[in-house]
Amino acid sequence: MAKRIEVKDLDIYYDKFLAVQGVSMTIQPRSVTALIGPSGCGKSTFLRTLNRMHELVPNARVEGSVVMDDDDLYGPNVDPVNVRRQIGMVFQRANPFPTMSIYDNVAAGLKLNNKRLKKSDMDDLVERSLKSANLWEEVKDRLHKPGSGLSGGQQQRLCIARAIAVQPEVLLMDEPCSALDPISTQAIEDLMLELKANYTIVIVTHNMQQAARVSDTTGFFNLQGVGKPGELVEIDETTRIFSTPSQKATEDYISGRFG
Amino acid sequence: MSTSLTTPERDPDLHTPLGGVSLTAGQLPRGAAPGTLVAAAVAGLLLWLLAGWAVVPCALLAAASYVVIVYTWSRAVEGPRKATDRFVTALVSGAFLLALLPLVSVIVTVVSRGAARFDAEFFTNSMLGVTGEGGGIYHAMMGTLIITGLATLISVPIGMLTAIYLVEYGRGKLAKAITFFVDVMTGIPSIVAGLFAYALFVMMFGPGVRMGLAGAVALSVLMIPTVVRSTEEMLKLVPNELREASYALAVPKWRTILKVVLPTALAGIATGVTLAIARVIGETAPLLVTAGLTDGDNFDPTDGRMTTLSVFSYYEYQSPGLFAEASFDRAWGAALVLMIIVMLLNLVARVISKLFAPKTR
Amino acid sequence: MASSTEAPPRKNRVPRRPGDRIFAGVSTGSGVLILVALAGVAVFLVTEAWPALTAPAEDIPGGQGLVVYIWPLLFGTLISAVLALVIAVPLAVAIALFITYYAPRSIAKALGYIIDLLAAVPSIIFGLWGMNVLAPVTVDPASWLSQHLGWIPFFAGPPSSTGRTMLVAIIVLAVMVLPIITAVVREAFTQTPQLHQEAALAIGATRWEMIRMAALPFGRSSIIGASMLGLGRALGETMAVAMVLSASAGGITFNLISSENPPTIAANIALQFPEATGVGMHTLIASGLVLFAITLVVNMIARAVINRRKDFDGAN
Repeated sequence: MAKRIEVKDLDIYYDKFLAVQGVSMTIQPRSVTALIGPSGCGKSTFLRTLNRMHELVPNARVEGSVVMDDDDLYGPNVDPVNVRRQIGMVFQRANPFPTMSIYDNVAAGLKLNNKRLKKSDMDDLVERSLKSANLWEEVKDRLHKPGSGLSGGQQQRLCIARAIAVQPEVLLMDEPCSALDPISTQAIEDLMLELKANYTIVIVTHNMQQAARVSDTTGFFNLQGVGKPGELVEIDETTRIFSTPSQKATEDYISGRFG
Repeated sequence: MSTSLTTPERDPDLHTPLGGVSLTAGQLPRGAAPGTLVAAAVAGLLLWLLAGWAVVPCALLAAASYVVIVYTWSRAVEGPRKATDRFVTALVSGAFLLALLPLVSVIVTVVSRGAARFDAEFFTNSMLGVTGEGGGIYHAMMGTLIITGLATLISVPIGMLTAIYLVEYGRGKLAKAITFFVDVMTGIPSIVAGLFAYALFVMMFGPGVRMGLAGAVALSVLMIPTVVRSTEEMLKLVPNELREASYALAVPKWRTILKVVLPTALAGIATGVTLAIARVIGETAPLLVTAGLTDGDNFDPTDGRMTTLSVFSYYEYQSPGLFAEASFDRAWGAALVLMIIVMLLNLVARVISKLFAPKTR
Repeated sequence: MASSTEAPPRKNRVPRRPGDRIFAGVSTGSGVLILVALAGVAVFLVTEAWPALTAPAEDIPGGQGLVVYIWPLLFGTLISAVLALVIAVPLAVAIALFITYYAPRSIAKALGYIIDLLAAVPSIIFGLWGMNVLAPVTVDPASWLSQHLGWIPFFAGPPSSTGRTMLVAIIVLAVMVLPIITAVVREAFTQTPQLHQEAALAIGATRWEMIRMAALPFGRSSIIGASMLGLGRALGETMAVAMVLSASAGGITFNLISSENPPTIAANIALQFPEATGVGMHTLIASGLVLFAITLVVNMIARAVINRRKDFDGAN
């Protein structure tokens, strides 16, 4: 598992409005890449183009290329559904399916696609996924209770378990901790450090300390100005970004002198 | 700022109304309004019982005198604003009671008159060969169930799929047009829906056609917009995050709709459908022109006339048989059964929405 | 912009799964079917009404042509619906106000539920009630009205001895549309922004002043829209009028309490249809077409008014 993603000259449009311009970066496998930047700079939009979730917005489109190992995600006849099969996503707000139990939520990726597994295999998969998400001990006695009965942090880990149950290559996380308390945040951050052994992880975060704590590589997005498109200012090893960034804008942002 | 600046003289005009007046002053004594009400009511009762006036003028007089007394008293003690407030309160409450009167009367009448025929024969027999007393509504109950059931079978798939189109796929002019015309359809008079179904079936089967299926089509015209509306509302309540979560798990859109969106909204949709059934099950006019009336059992919706409870009730009253009283009893009995069904359906709708609603955060 | 010179946007190349295509097709088809059905309502009614439009005047029931036949019906329909609305709207607003602002919290919810329930009572029940309970009760007041207020055209008399008059039909219609109007208006009142209400109360307004300052302006377009919906319902109401009104064709009169009453279009169809044949049948369908057109216009206006309110909601 875990694949490398190569992004080249990616422009993102909403209808005629250019939202993000000219992003090129390499996302390394088995590592955590953090994307930071002010609100509205397009980092979440960019993240969504990595598994083509942006296409849910009518008239959104991209130009440029995103290549995962050797597959062009935007090549002709590529089905976005198959892209998402390999690139999973965790959202800002935990969104377990309210009609399903904890067990069914984890198994949702398979069940919703009508993949039949033997009961014992399915049990194994659910247990493995929940264990990977550090949630097994807390929910093993109530697997068939609704997922909405869990706390916010537990729900978010349930969503992570659900995402990794389909065994993706890459895991995208869109501000996964912004709605959580510090203790739950800590649990998710620990989980990310464990998961990067097997997955390529890309996380968008508003929290610079979080980026510094969990990521190996950090990319800084910024707006050129009001109404102008967002762009990737620089991307480098996290330690370098937070100590000696090459761009003045980056330094201003991480030192809190952002205008 | 210099301390020598003295506090400005208080403007006496501005402050006399509040100055030194306690917060409870200028109010009618407690119990003044209820006391007046009781007095007015007693006076009205006396006029009715002792002076032998009719009920309506007595009640009107009592109400009017209450309003006048309280208004003038309050205006004298509390001022015009408070008096107006009391006046409106009396008016609003009075209007409420006045409106409740016929509604209560309707229910009481149906229950008391309808209960006369709640016997076993009434529910197990048809009207075949009955010209005088006795007879039953078995054929009409079955007819109502069959026609309403068919209408539900037609309306629910069309209505739900249309709502799905509007919420999940609909963009641009077509969606706008459908939304608008569904709204317009909500207001089609039921008799017009009946004429439409009749005209449609005349084209297929020739003039004078009557059959249960035509009735079901007429009811569907009335039911579809309700189903679309309520399903649409419920689908819009499903958080977009659930759809995104499903897409992110590589679930195609149609499976997302079928397996995530619909189950989440199912309780609400079921409630809406139940209420829609309750709305059309009591319809008379469209069935009068499409399904007609027959005395015996006919449970085949494609074969000739078929009786429903409402049409049965209408005919029993409009053209009574040999013993008019027996016919009237049957009419009221069928009406009561109909009302009980409608109430039960409403109750079921409430229960569904309470019990089966998924907990969304 | 560079994009304008590009080849067609990429999404055109996305292959669509058969499941998606079928499902999207079926649900779009359902929506289109509704449009087709509505068009069908119009087309079929016109086709079936056509023979009456072209028939010679003496073939139309009454022998004086279609317009002379339909006009009294139209008059009866309009006068009964409009006067019913005149009674129902103030009462409905009062009930909505009572439930929202005056009734104790604990029973307000139950009252709202009962109102919703009453909106579902079948019209046949109102018909039976109007004929049996209300009509006899009105006989004495009606004769009193004709004696003392006979100079008002509405109460000219002579009073009907059965009570099955236009007045009773109007009251029954009012009672029937009351719950419908109330439900919509109450909905609007409960959505009145708390902030506006508190702002009014905080400057020392009495309850009535608060209602006048906050609730009524906010609910005004809802009241108008609800009234139009009620009007549409009253115009199309069939059975209750058919049962209550002892109609005599041809009489155009404002006299509400005599036994000479113009019937309404809907009620006339229900009464005549079972025995109608040939041109008579086509004539009835033509009158139904007129009713359809009127209710269509009324409902379109109602929707436009209610939807305009929705636009304002965003600002609150």
